[in-house]
Amino acid sequence: MSDEQDHKLEAKSDYVADASSVSTPDIDAVPEAELPDQELYHSHSWWTTYVFSQDAKYIGIQYALTAIGTGLLGLVLSWLMRIQLAFPGLGWLEPSSYYQFVTMHGMIMVVYLLTALFLGGFGNLLIPLMCGARDMAFPYVNMLSYWAFVVAVIVLLASFFVPGGPTGAGWTLYPPQAITAGTPGYNGGIILMLISLILFVAGFTMGGLNYIITVLQLRARGMTLMRMPLTIWGIFTATVLAMFAFPALLVGCLMMTLDSLLGTSFFMPAMVSLGEKLTHEGGSPILFQHLFWFFGHPEVYIVALPAFGIVSDLLSVHSRKTIFGYRMMVWAIVGIGALSFFVWAHHMYVSGMNPWFGFFFATTTLIIAVPTAIKVYNWILTLWRGNIQLSLPMLFSLGFIVTFLNGGLTGLFLGNVTVDVPLSDTYFVVAHFHMVMGIAPILVIFGAIYHWYPLITGRMMNETLGKIHFWITFLGSYAIYFPMHYQGFVGVPRRYFEIYDSPYIDTSTLLLNKFITIAVLIVGAAQLLFLYNLFASARLGKKSEKNPWKANSLEWQTPQMPPEHGNWGKELPKVYRWPYDFSVPGAKEDYIPQNQPPSEIIGAKVEKT
Amino acid sequence: MIVALSIFLITIGSIAFHFWSPWWWTEVASNWGNMDDTILLTFWITGAVFVAICFFVAYCVWKYSYKKERRAEYKPEDKKLESRLTWATAIGVAALLAPGLVVWNQYVTVPENAYKVEVFAYQWGWKYRLPGEDNILGKTDIKYISDENPFGLILEDPNGKDDLLVDEQELHVLKDRPIKFELRTIDVLHNFYVPQFRGKMDMVPGIVTYYWLTPTRVGDFEVLCAEYCGTGHYAMRGRVIVDEEKDYKKWEAKQITFEKMLAKSQNNDNLQLVKKDK
Repeated sequence: MSDEQDHKLEAKSDYVADASSVSTPDIDAVPEAELPDQELYHSHSWWTTYVFSQDAKYIGIQYALTAIGTGLLGLVLSWLMRIQLAFPGLGWLEPSSYYQFVTMHGMIMVVYLLTALFLGGFGNLLIPLMCGARDMAFPYVNMLSYWAFVVAVIVLLASFFVPGGPTGAGWTLYPPQAITAGTPGYNGGIILMLISLILFVAGFTMGGLNYIITVLQLRARGMTLMRMPLTIWGIFTATVLAMFAFPALLVGCLMMTLDSLLGTSFFMPAMVSLGEKLTHEGGSPILFQHLFWFFGHPEVYIVALPAFGIVSDLLSVHSRKTIFGYRMMVWAIVGIGALSFFVWAHHMYVSGMNPWFGFFFATTTLIIAVPTAIKVYNWILTLWRGNIQLSLPMLFSLGFIVTFLNGGLTGLFLGNVTVDVPLSDTYFVVAHFHMVMGIAPILVIFGAIYHWYPLITGRMMNETLGKIHFWITFLGSYAIYFPMHYQGFVGVPRRYFEIYDSPYIDTSTLLLNKFITIAVLIVGAAQLLFLYNLFASARLGKKSEKNPWKANSLEWQTPQMPPEHGNWGKELPKVYRWPYDFSVPGAKEDYIPQNQPPSEIIGAKVEKT
Repeated sequence: MIVALSIFLITIGSIAFHFWSPWWWTEVASNWGNMDDTILLTFWITGAVFVAICFFVAYCVWKYSYKKERRAEYKPEDKKLESRLTWATAIGVAALLAPGLVVWNQYVTVPENAYKVEVFAYQWGWKYRLPGEDNILGKTDIKYISDENPFGLILEDPNGKDDLLVDEQELHVLKDRPIKFELRTIDVLHNFYVPQFRGKMDMVPGIVTYYWLTPTRVGDFEVLCAEYCGTGHYAMRGRVIVDEEKDYKKWEAKQITFEKMLAKSQNNDNLQLVKKDK
């Protein structure tokens, strides 16, 4: 697509024509390989094949299953909280357990489910296959990354069994309360949480370096950066963000651990805790918030960018149409990624930081809306004049567009500093971030699983079950979070264990709470259907043909399906085009795989990519 | 067809919910009605975008659903369209941002004549301190906090002597007088939030934060803590009562100064000493 690329390609073919003195230029020419073929580790035993696997595909599946397992716990915790909120008369939970569940739910969903699933799961599965590599650059380190993640999860879950239970500090873990006596788990649970996060960051760094280096170094011949599928662009950019953002979380966690265990005062000013004067003095609680959100805001995009990339590919394949405005899409991903490091304090408008920062951060935050809006336009313009197949991945992608649009627009409320004042710390915020970084990415995850399932198992998932799952999940979660915004307008504050005697809250608001809880229970239960489909289809599903969706990207072009160890048989693929040549005029089929040489499709009016 | 129809109905349903559901903000009781106006403006702009895009998606799904014999259009880019959409978005975003920044400027610029009140938060309750006749709040330090000196006032500071100490979880404020809340906490983060006032600011141990407002409506309002502060967070509520001048003066007269309070506790000590002697 890029002009520079066109120029290079033309120059190359001219050169070839001159050198070989053949009258027609070699239209199938691709650049020479710059690195020798990768030498792979071959497993010898059951343990090294299935447990301590060094094959990125297996590691991806391991990551995904561990993340989904942990996510199920997060789901159950959300049920428990919602039952308490809707039916306080039952005396279902103590306030302290309510806050512990809120905290664990939030942290599990954001870090241990979404981040691990998108980057660890889809990253490992798709990067080598879509780039045309045999494996990740460092398979051994990749294995360590997964096992560090497992240990992090175990430490996190262990906090349920220590005296005082898990931390109840809220997922933001704001000091001083996170490590002082008024908060549940302030001396045991919080330490395990911090250690678990530190382990997660360490493990993630090992994986992340792999993703970045593999994308930069191990792409197949002809796979220029501007021919990469947007999925890879999304995962790649998100990983780069993570490499810059996670260190902030890491030092924040280390400093808080020191404050708690060694009595340092990084975040702890002189204070009185429940009538007792503490020995800390001079620390700044706001410093932690800056560190946390310098990680926390890019984290939103660490989850969102892979979802953006994946949904672009799903929309393109299933509407049989080129993605609209590929170059803009790439620059939007990169631009959003870069801007995401300059907006963090919009989480802190009313935190007590210097209020004059508000002007700067409101401006940067609203600027980031522009590339984000471009992405939405390009998705819907991809549908325009397409040939839309309402397959399961397409349904989930459409669901994503609606929920992401809704959640993105409410972001314009909260990002605009003045509007944020009455709405911050209310249910409007809860509704906004669940819609935009909970439901929207999860719908993409479901779409992606239905889409790539045949690549993993060689079988299709059940369509009917999938449709039931889609309708309940999509309509149900919209019914949960759309009305919740209006609770925020009323002024219902978040993180309230109960609020039933407040004079300004109408009884109808409480009725709404019951409605939301019932929807939560139904949507949660529908996920069991998905799990059944996920596991049962591996044995019972219809056998998939090769390239069942007629997609162009390389992962569907392996000699065997599902791909074997090393992915590509004897010879690595050569790439002649971008992955979006759908419905090209003059071509026989409505798709042209990336590795199909131009000489085989003479007559197709392909634009140079 | 069903998919297009449901996206269409979701959009219509969302609009209907917005206009006809009973859940909306409380009647404003401060000068920050312009925050409500910026919210309404945001609603109109973003609402229009939401409806337009959802309808477009529904239309595409209905119009271009899969037919075997049909081919999709092959059009990788349209630079003109893309740049038009980018500019339109940029203008829309600027239209949202500009009024927001104007109101924020008012929010962070406290009028000079504002009456200062200290809001004092702790796990889990509220106290208040009024500046007294000199209209200056005395200096404080957390290390002086004790049973006799619950606010930690510095005894050497003469400005603190006439400060009125309100220790009853209930604050009265005068209607139509600008008021600057100086927000102070002795333990963890809190946030002084009255839904009808719209304003909000975290209270951070070690520093004094602030915001200001002018109460515009007589009434009895609930104070909530809006920053998570531990197990008792949900129960950390109080009351603010906006009074006309007469009622306010009556309430103010009942409050005691720091000086009197110190004297009283010394008297108590003396009494106890006397009792012990007996």
